Amino acid sequence: MTRWAMAIDLDVCTGCGACLVACAQENNIPPGEPGSERMIRWMEFLTVEEGEYPRTSTRMLPMPCQQCDNPPCARVCPVYATYRNPEGIVPQIYPQCIGCRYCVNACPYTCKHFNWSDPEWPSPMERGISPDVSVRSRGVTEKCNFCLHRLQKARDLAALDGREMKATEYRPACLEVCPVKAIRFGDLDDPEDDVAGAAQDPRATTLLEELGTKPKVFYLKEHK
Amino acid sequence: MRRRDWAFYVQVLGLVLIWSIALLAAWWFWWRGVELRSYHDAWLQTIILGVPISGILLCFATLLTYLFIKIGATADGKEPELVIDRVEEELTHSVTATPSWRFRAALLGLGLITAWGLYAWWVQLRDGLSVTGLGRPVFWGLYITNFVFFIGLSYGSTLVCAILRLTNGEWRRSITRATEGFAMISLAFGAWNIILDLGRPDRLMLVFSWGRMESPLLWDVIAISLYLITCVLYLYLPLIPDLALLRHRVKGFRRPLYHLFSFGWVGTDPQRQALEKAIRVITALVIPIVVSVGLVSGWVFSMTVQPIWHSTIFGPYFVLGAMFSGVAALIILLAILRSTLSLQNFLRPLHFQNLGFLLLVLSLLWFYFTAAEHLTIFYGREPSEMQILNEKLFGKYALLTYLMVVGCFILPTLLLARKKMRTIASTVAASIGVGVGMWLERFLIVVPSLSQPRLPYPASSYTPLWVEISLMVGCFAALGFLLMLFIRLFPAVSLWEVREGREEGAQSAAARVRSYFPSEATQEKGAAS
Repeated sequence: MTRWAMAIDLDVCTGCGACLVACAQENNIPPGEPGSERMIRWMEFLTVEEGEYPRTSTRMLPMPCQQCDNPPCARVCPVYATYRNPEGIVPQIYPQCIGCRYCVNACPYTCKHFNWSDPEWPSPMERGISPDVSVRSRGVTEKCNFCLHRLQKARDLAALDGREMKATEYRPACLEVCPVKAIRFGDLDDPEDDVAGAAQDPRATTLLEELGTKPKVFYLKEHK
Repeated sequence: MRRRDWAFYVQVLGLVLIWSIALLAAWWFWWRGVELRSYHDAWLQTIILGVPISGILLCFATLLTYLFIKIGATADGKEPELVIDRVEEELTHSVTATPSWRFRAALLGLGLITAWGLYAWWVQLRDGLSVTGLGRPVFWGLYITNFVFFIGLSYGSTLVCAILRLTNGEWRRSITRATEGFAMISLAFGAWNIILDLGRPDRLMLVFSWGRMESPLLWDVIAISLYLITCVLYLYLPLIPDLALLRHRVKGFRRPLYHLFSFGWVGTDPQRQALEKAIRVITALVIPIVVSVGLVSGWVFSMTVQPIWHSTIFGPYFVLGAMFSGVAALIILLAILRSTLSLQNFLRPLHFQNLGFLLLVLSLLWFYFTAAEHLTIFYGREPSEMQILNEKLFGKYALLTYLMVVGCFILPTLLLARKKMRTIASTVAASIGVGVGMWLERFLIVVPSLSQPRLPYPASSYTPLWVEISLMVGCFAALGFLLMLFIRLFPAVSLWEVREGREEGAQSAAARVRSYFPSEATQEKGAAS
């Protein structure tokens, strides 16, 4: 069975923010007001203070949806608008969502977003809207889905050639633009895969491990 | 064959309706079970849950059919005007007399506020939830607070009324009608606030066609739907004899309405026995249903892993809090009815004393629950819970927290602890404190937990905007508006229950008390009571 997972090497990450921009561009996320409580970013920086005074440092943690294997958000949805698919991705079905925001509140990582109003792109940015991804109307919840449309596209292309898709053909937008290759992506259940190796790395941790949500985004960092 | 008038056929249609609701519910659970099985989801649990719920609904349908046959069978087709004595005459004034200008003015005022609320709703429908003060991470605010609050008022007051009925508390007789009407109307506003909170209210029906049984919100939908039906019946059954008493005394559209709903009641013994049996059954059923609504509305929060919400205390805490706020609302409502409808003879100081005592006991219990909740959090020192507790005790919610403690605990205990102090004025004052305090409690459950996420996201605060506040005020005004229509349409105090109390209550209570004691002393003890 395939289980898609991501590993982010924080010791390599420079905090340039290219992944944030690529994600917004790829997934039709409008620019929004910076600093607003209503701005939507599927991938964003979480600023974490580390160490003890006076020796503190600030770390920028790129936060996509953690794609839990045991997702607290999917369980509480009353209408199956969000669910864990057989390959471990937790997508949101926008035309199914009733906008109750229960899943948003149930997510311990605060990784889900709600469309308070209809999306707006200042001209001429609307020309950049991707036809592969639906534009969400107001009143529904949305979230990172590991660029699921890219998986579908890669599968389709492979099927046209009459062959099985290779795991390396499916690459989310954030990973593609990372200039220092801090993001790795692949199949967690394939022992040969890069990500499976990264997950076994002694530097690997997941966020809020104690909640038992089993996230599939691994953070690699040296313990100091 | 007896001549049947139009009412008979409408009544039969009504029975068909309730039977189809019951069968529809049974079919729905079966269908969801089959669907969920195909998704490899909780299908067995769905079917197991469906058995008691459709059982209860089928029981209601049977009960109504039984009543229809029993009451209809003994009715001889003629409907004599039933006698109302001088004392009861006072109770019918609010229904039969032309409304005073004050009543009309109040109705108009509340209607205008309601209309403003409706305008705010239209603005929200037009512009979406962006017109609220909500944002990230406080995704739930006033609407969910009001949902919990109104639902709580409803099931809390129903629970108190049902317990009094079941335990033969004789003093209940003049407060049941107002309680049941209030429970029914405030339930509607609880459910309404859920719809206000939805981002896509137009997709509400997906809850029924795609319901995921694992979601606590679906448990809420099921519990509230069942409770809604129960609430209507629980209000309606004790209304039958009163409608019969009044059907010749009202004019206009109410005359055929009362004729239709009074089932041909004339008050013969078999009719009364049948009705009392039906009321007993429904009262016994109402208690577990009401408790389940309370538990589920707490579980919506506690089933998530969010700090402070994820707590086993929430189920009973919500039930207790609802009873607490329900009794407080009841006291305020009864005091208003007493002074505006001149019901001094029916709602006596004793009623307020008893309800005030109940309020005092619930206040102490509330304090225990609140203290237990906060003490366990404080002692555990879990960082994510501590940061919320700090906000509640010393941070930006501190003022609201202390106001809540004053309203829910300090004020009621100071005002009601001594028996001498339990006057009408002081119980009403304590109730207002409890009402405000319990609303704040609901707010302090919903908002602070959300405003402090587990991960270090930038801090955020929530201030409700005018649309939310208008909708909240509109809900309260509409509640008052509908209550006024309710007491205009039906007597605010149950005529037949009071009559039954006057005729039989004293003897049966004395006989009951006598039965508590050894048989030699029967005469003296019974007389002393």
